[in-house]
Amino acid sequence: MIELKNIKKSFDGLEVLKGISMTFEPGKTNLIIGQSGSGKTVLLKCMLGLYSVDSGSMLFGNRPLENMDDNQRRILRREIGMVFQGSALFDSMTVLENVMFPMQMLTDQDEKSIRAAAHEVIDRVNLNEATQKLPAELSGGMQKRVAIARAVVMRPKYLFCDEPNSGLDPKTAIVIDNLIREITKEYNITTVINSHDMNSVMEIGDTILFLKDGLKAWEGNKKQIFKTDNEAINNFVYSSRLMKKVKEVYQ
Amino acid sequence: MKLLHHIGAYLLMLRLVFIKPTKAKVMRKLIFKDIQDLIVGSLGIVAFLSFFVGGVVAIQTALNIESPLIPKSLVGFATRQSVILEFAPTFMCIILAGKVGSFITSSIGTMRVTEQIDALEVMGINSVNYLVFPKLVAMMLLPLVINISMFLGILGGYTATLYGGFSSSADFIDGIQMDFKPFHVFYAFIKTVVFAIVLATIPAYQGYYMKGGALEVGKAATVAFVWTSIVIIVLNYMITQLLLA
Repeated sequence: MIELKNIKKSFDGLEVLKGISMTFEPGKTNLIIGQSGSGKTVLLKCMLGLYSVDSGSMLFGNRPLENMDDNQRRILRREIGMVFQGSALFDSMTVLENVMFPMQMLTDQDEKSIRAAAHEVIDRVNLNEATQKLPAELSGGMQKRVAIARAVVMRPKYLFCDEPNSGLDPKTAIVIDNLIREITKEYNITTVINSHDMNSVMEIGDTILFLKDGLKAWEGNKKQIFKTDNEAINNFVYSSRLMKKVKEVYQ
Repeated sequence: MKLLHHIGAYLLMLRLVFIKPTKAKVMRKLIFKDIQDLIVGSLGIVAFLSFFVGGVVAIQTALNIESPLIPKSLVGFATRQSVILEFAPTFMCIILAGKVGSFITSSIGTMRVTEQIDALEVMGINSVNYLVFPKLVAMMLLPLVINISMFLGILGGYTATLYGGFSSSADFIDGIQMDFKPFHVFYAFIKTVVFAIVLATIPAYQGYYMKGGALEVGKAATVAFVWTSIVIIVLNYMITQLLLA
C-alpha cells in the first residue's frame, strides 16, 4: 500500500502539488488522471524518489519515504518497477538482456536462474518469439510489453506506469491495459498509472485520482465516474464527442 | 555565473563516477565494449591521419631548408619532434574529441532523451558510474593509440622523405635519433592521460545533463567538441609550461 499525506511540491516558487492525500491499495490498478500540467508526472516522480517533496509524507507500507536513509531507499527501489512512457528499453540490448538487466545488476543470483526468471515473465507477456530481437525491431505495443516484463521481473511490490498507452492504437492499448491489470492481481502489486486515456480509465480504473491544478479534484472508481456531479471531472471526462455520446447512452 | 555552475556540476559528476560502483561482472563487460568502441574503433582514423600528417611535416620541413649549411638530418629531427611533442598527443586528441567525444555525448544524450537514464536511476543504479566509469577506464588506453600515432607519423615522414627524394634514409634515421630525450615521450604520455580524462568526461557531462530531444543531442555533441578542444588546448599550455619550461 502507498499512502500520500498532504504532498506539496514547488519549482522556482511555482506550486505544482498543493497538498495531495491519497491511498493506493495493493492488487488494484490505481490511476492518476488529469490534464497536461495538472501535476501527474511530478506526483509520480515524487513517489519514485526522483523528486524530493517540500512537505507531506509518503508511506510505502508503513515506511515513510522522507525518513529513509540511502540504504533504505536502495532497498525500496528494488521493490519498485517502472514502465516509462517511451518504454525506455536499452537500445543495445536484446529483449532477453533488457529483462535480465535488473536482476543482473541488483541480485546475486546465478546466470541460469536469472535467465529462467526472465523467460518466465517474457512468456507471461507473450513475447517468446522475440527474445533475441533488439527494441528497434519491435512494434510499440511489443516494446511496452517488454517494458512491463522488465518492470515485474524482480517481483516488485509497487509498479508505476507513466502513460503506458501513449502512441498505441486503441486495440493494442486495451491489450496493454489488461496485461497490467492481470499482472497487478496475479502478483498483488500496488500499481499506480499516470494516464489521460479515458479508455484506460473505463477499462482498469479500480481507483481513480483526478488532479486539477495540483489539487485532488476528485477520487473514486470507474463506476462512480459516470455518476458523479463533480464539475471538474465531468468537464475532463466528457470533453470529447464520443464520451458525451457514451454518457447519453448510459443515462 | 553559468560557467561556474557548469564547472561545479561537472566536478560533482566526477565524484559520482567513483561512488556506488556497478557490479564488477557487469562493469567488466561495459569496459570491454567501450574499449572496442572508443579505442579500437579509433585506430583506423588515427593511423591514416598520423601517416599522412607525418609525411606533410617532413615535406614542409625539407622544402623550407634552403641553406646548404643546415644538415639534411634536420628533416627527421623536426618530424620526430613535431610528431612526438605536439601532433600525436595534442592534435590527435583534438581530432578524437570530434570522433570519440561526439560518440560519447550522443550515446549518453540519446539515453537521456529516451528515459533510459531515468530507468537506471529508478532501479537504484548509479547511472553516472554505470555510464561514465567504463569510458574513463577505456580511455586510459589512449596512450597506446598515441604511441601508434607517433610511430606512424614518423614512418609517414620517412616514407615521404624517401619517395620525395628530400634526403637519404641514413640522414632521416640520423635525424630521428639526434638529441633524443626520452623525457619528451614521457611528457607526451602524461599529456595524453590528462587529455584522455577530459575526452571521456566533458562529452559525458554534456550528454548526461542535456535537456530536450533529438535536435538537442546534436547541439550537445557540438558543444562537447568545442569545450573539449578548448580545455585540451589550455591544459596543453599549462602542462607544457610545467614540464618543459
